[in-house]
Amino acid sequence: MADATAEGGLTGSETDKRGRLLTSDGTPLRRALERANRRRKLTALALVAPLLAFILIFFAFPIAQMMWRSVDNPQVVNALPRTLDALQDWDGRALPPEPVFAALHADMVADLDLPRREQKIGPLGIRLNYELSAARSAISRTTRDVANFQEPYSEAFTAAHRLWGDVELWRIIKREGKPLTLSYYVAALDREYDADGNIVKRPENRQIYVSLFGRTLALSLAITAMTFLLGFPIAYYLSILPMRYANLLMIAVLLPFWTSLLVRTSAWIVLLQQQGVINNTLVGLGIIGDDGRFSLIYNQTGTIIAMTHILLPFMVLPLYSVMRTIPPSYMRAAKSLGATPWTAFRRVYFPQTLPGIGAGGVLVFIISIGYYITPALVGGQSGRMISNEIARHIQQSLNWGLAAALGSMLLVGVLVLYWLYNRLVGTDSLKFG
Amino acid sequence: MSSKVKLIALSSAVSVMALSAAANDPVSLTIVSWGGAYTASQQRAYHAPFMEANPHVTIVNDDGSANALAGLRAQAQAGNVTWDLVDMLPSDAQLACDEGIILQIDHDAMLAPAPDGTPASEDFLPGSLGECFIPQIVYSTVLTFRPGAFPEDNQPSSIADLFDVENFPGRRALQDRPGTNLEWALYADGVALDEIYDVLSTPEGVDRAFAKLDTIKDHIIFWTEGAQAPQLLADGEVAFATGYNGRMFDAIEVEGMEAAIIWDGQVVEWDGWVVPADGPNVDVVMEYLYWATDTQRLADQAKFISYGPARASSAPLVGQHADLGIDMAPHMPTNPDNYFAPIVLDNDFWVDYGDELRERFANWMLQ
Repeated sequence: MADATAEGGLTGSETDKRGRLLTSDGTPLRRALERANRRRKLTALALVAPLLAFILIFFAFPIAQMMWRSVDNPQVVNALPRTLDALQDWDGRALPPEPVFAALHADMVADLDLPRREQKIGPLGIRLNYELSAARSAISRTTRDVANFQEPYSEAFTAAHRLWGDVELWRIIKREGKPLTLSYYVAALDREYDADGNIVKRPENRQIYVSLFGRTLALSLAITAMTFLLGFPIAYYLSILPMRYANLLMIAVLLPFWTSLLVRTSAWIVLLQQQGVINNTLVGLGIIGDDGRFSLIYNQTGTIIAMTHILLPFMVLPLYSVMRTIPPSYMRAAKSLGATPWTAFRRVYFPQTLPGIGAGGVLVFIISIGYYITPALVGGQSGRMISNEIARHIQQSLNWGLAAALGSMLLVGVLVLYWLYNRLVGTDSLKFG
Repeated sequence: MSSKVKLIALSSAVSVMALSAAANDPVSLTIVSWGGAYTASQQRAYHAPFMEANPHVTIVNDDGSANALAGLRAQAQAGNVTWDLVDMLPSDAQLACDEGIILQIDHDAMLAPAPDGTPASEDFLPGSLGECFIPQIVYSTVLTFRPGAFPEDNQPSSIADLFDVENFPGRRALQDRPGTNLEWALYADGVALDEIYDVLSTPEGVDRAFAKLDTIKDHIIFWTEGAQAPQLLADGEVAFATGYNGRMFDAIEVEGMEAAIIWDGQVVEWDGWVVPADGPNVDVVMEYLYWATDTQRLADQAKFISYGPARASSAPLVGQHADLGIDMAPHMPTNPDNYFAPIVLDNDFWVDYGDELRERFANWMLQ
């Protein structure tokens, strides 16, 4: 070894026969480095592991589960295996032949023998009712006497409920007789299947979701713009004040954060309603007549006003933290070089606030696109957003598949918008504080 | 200790525990209900006396009934049922029953007979008992108006007046769902009370109901939460409001709000108990149910809130309000003076057509 070193003409460090650098204990330097790096990585991983596990379990996993629910379709497959078998060669034109009805009878009778918690027919009725109104009662009414049905079964079934004589119900059973379905997405896009299995638009009077998505987008943009218009001057003023006054005013900005959301929203109701403080004052001052009171609440105006107020801190904070770091000397330099105050603001000051505007805008926009308590309370009908529909399907109509499809579409929409933002502006320029 | 000795010690400990459980070990029942004045009435009529008679039982109230079906389903799917007894509407109970997540009820075996021996299945009002559902009360959705909004000689008195904006101008607060609104639209359009659901089952009938609603659309404010309706009336925001009769009673009689109830076309529905399958204390719950749904107990609840008891035998026992001292009978939806033109809510209809009509209604509201 010593010879090798001498031959290589090196001093102070050693190499092996292949000329690789060695550490003092004789292992090659590169491997020792790798080992040390690996150890550091493992330590780092161990430190973030709790958070990673937390995110995986409580964030990634539920989202994956939600997206799975939007295509999961076990009800028909589980409940009617024999019927689906018999339906395989059915062309979907006329009513299915007697063997299909016999298979249906066999499926339903077999289900009655199962313990109650394992019965599949109840969930089947609820599932089919999403596709065709009254399918649930067709199933539940039939279940009551199916054990006494006599051949020919087709007559017994159609006598039990008119829908068994409706080709539409059979088409749905065949179409939804697969473990995965797209029908929740079809419904979430205001579409439906026609008799030939093509996806077509729903009748006009049942279309709601697409326009609701559009309105959610428009309202969120309006709210983002409003918070920017109101928040920019406040943030600027805060940033030029001496620290102790700035901190005092900052408390005023943050105060809404420390008040319950419901209290703030209710306060807006008191202020904005037709017999509320604002309208009463205007009428009292003679500015508007008693029958000319403004409708400021239970419409889009109400949603925009209340949400702008609630989300304002999310715009002010990033703006303020960015503006604090802009040295006042830049503006003075611009002015001394001959710029008017407007030009100095436009060409020197404003561009430097862009990271704050971007961060505040993304925050406010993404929060407002998924907001639902405030729109539900002050939005009336025209100020409602897509999240109100999602909440309704989760809590009241219990159509979790449709709720999951709407939620997944919202999630993908937000990701696409974020990607677009990244392409156009670049997320590395964001500055959150 | 050898493992055998350990095993014996363990098994004897378990049997001692089992014994003491039978001999009134402390039990905590989680009872889910609607909150507010309604839970308070249950607390005073049922829970407090039951706990007094059974000191080992503690009853915890959970105000989760508005989303009871979602909660029951989530608990059943997670395999962790923490609710012992749930107060819910019969349409939701029917869905939960179809899914098998609540227990089926053998009414005559599980519920007390009337004092004169009439079995439960005959004593409860006709059509109120469900496969898995034990009714407690009859409530109704009623039309209420602010007398000050109209001249004294021209006060509204019927559902038809709600749709008459010429003679009865002013804004109307209606619930933001099709139920009640569609029934009233047809009733005001001249459909007989007992044909409303037959007409509403046809596409033409639905068109007819929406066309009638169109005539007042510009005058409607929609409300979502039950407390909003009396609030809108009290604030003078609206001239008419629909609302639950119990809440309206509370606002008018207890809070002193200036408003009057129109009993014409009241939409009557049951509300009652269901027992989650695999609940932690089914035995105690069954004891509670037998006692809390007997004739006297149902009549007692009417002392605290103006909902009608679901047993025929309870009606004569309804007395005076516990705090106000006023006679409760005239405020009951089932009182003959009020029950002259009721629409009995058809739960089967709404379970079947609810999804479709809700979509159409939501679309209509947005137009």
